[in-house]
Amino acid sequence: MARSAKSKTKPSTTRTSGKGQTLLLVATRKGAWLFQADAARRKWRTDGPHFLGHIINHLVLDPRGGGTMLAAASTGHLGPTIFRSTDLGRHWKEARRPPAFVNPPNRAGRSVKNTFWLTAGHVSEPGVWYAGTSPQGLFRSEDHGDTWEPLHSVNDNPDFQAIWGDDQGGTPDGPTIHSINIDPRDARHLYFGMSSGGVHESTDGGCSWTPLLAGMEVVDGLDVANIAFHDPHCVRLCPSNPDRLYQQNHCGIYRLDRPGKRWERIGRNMPKKIGDIGFPIVVHPYDDKTAWVFPMDGTSVWPRTSPDGKPAVYMTTNAGRTWRRQSEGLPEAQGWWTVKRQAMTSDDSDPVGLYFGTTGGELWMSRDEGGHWQNLARHLPEIYAVEFARMA
Amino acid sequence: MKISMASPLHSYTGASTLEAHGSNLAELLEDLERRFPGIRFRMIDEQDRIRRHLRVFVNDAQVFDLVHPLRPDDEVHIVQALSGG
Repeated sequence: MARSAKSKTKPSTTRTSGKGQTLLLVATRKGAWLFQADAARRKWRTDGPHFLGHIINHLVLDPRGGGTMLAAASTGHLGPTIFRSTDLGRHWKEARRPPAFVNPPNRAGRSVKNTFWLTAGHVSEPGVWYAGTSPQGLFRSEDHGDTWEPLHSVNDNPDFQAIWGDDQGGTPDGPTIHSINIDPRDARHLYFGMSSGGVHESTDGGCSWTPLLAGMEVVDGLDVANIAFHDPHCVRLCPSNPDRLYQQNHCGIYRLDRPGKRWERIGRNMPKKIGDIGFPIVVHPYDDKTAWVFPMDGTSVWPRTSPDGKPAVYMTTNAGRTWRRQSEGLPEAQGWWTVKRQAMTSDDSDPVGLYFGTTGGELWMSRDEGGHWQNLARHLPEIYAVEFARMA
Repeated sequence: MKISMASPLHSYTGASTLEAHGSNLAELLEDLERRFPGIRFRMIDEQDRIRRHLRVFVNDAQVFDLVHPLRPDDEVHIVQALSGG
């Protein structure tokens, strides 16, 4: 893997005030949709479906500019691939070499079932992208997603192999590498999450990795020292303060302030009857004290639906010391929603817009940081991911 | 030899039937990949296993091995295995 020089870039705290059009990229179990809004985010235009019938796990437009959009795709029958567009989805071209594990001599190798997560690289590395797969693998592209190489420091590392076990191991929908975060100050400083398998950090561009587990809890009765039992669902780095990370875990909501190495379970401050279980977590683009979660029922058989059938977002504005319920506009009852880990995001406007998609195919938005919610779309397929992009 | 392709692969081949060449299944797939870049990986994984929801029949017999020999007058059917919604 080629290495770039260490690049120091200050994190952005400049508010764009919604200049330019807002674009939502919605990936579903049966295709992808784009929702494009005016600067006020009041008029929306729907563009789709793209790839009708394809399983689209993630759809991302390069935030560094250049216009490259990547779609992580598979179908019920065909193997996984990556599609690329440079004209907002009018034309798509398949990656020449999608993520694939090596075929090792003398032993059974693994096969990528799907690419689960896409992250554009550091601004100093304009062609670089990272991909996390199921089963767990990490891949890097240096040509805008056209060809992908495995990171052997992860994919062929005996320490990681001990975590992910065999094909029968892992989480119910398949073990994944997700939440690939890149420090905006340093291209060589990376984080990712493994479901299951903990949170991992590299300070040398992915050559080596160190687990960050301290403070994270596991299911009652399991050994907290066993890394395989740690299941971070979503990890987000604050763009305004890259030394702060938030995490929604299978067992709680956490915050980590670097250079510290101990996660603090800030979900303890959530209302007891709601709990602190969920999949997504969203951080404010300009305020490292503000984050949002979408709690789910993690009791008994883990329904993973909104507690008591009453969907709500919970917001903290003090780094997790207190949480406030935000449900105005959402159903007051009989709303048994599930929001997956990639299916909630924010934009960069002032005030910040929030968006989430449900497994029932509904897309919701708030123009005022969660104060009021309105429906943007219904009757879509199961929503896997919602991403934001700002168009010039 | 004559090849019939499952509909999910028509976006590559542009047709449901075509002619392709090879003395075994691996060579046939190489021929297809040369003409329709990317198609092989959608059918065969990186460990050279036929993907779980695809089936390959030579004449009327299902085959599982890429070294399965082929003759010019064989008919190869690449079909999708029915599976859930």
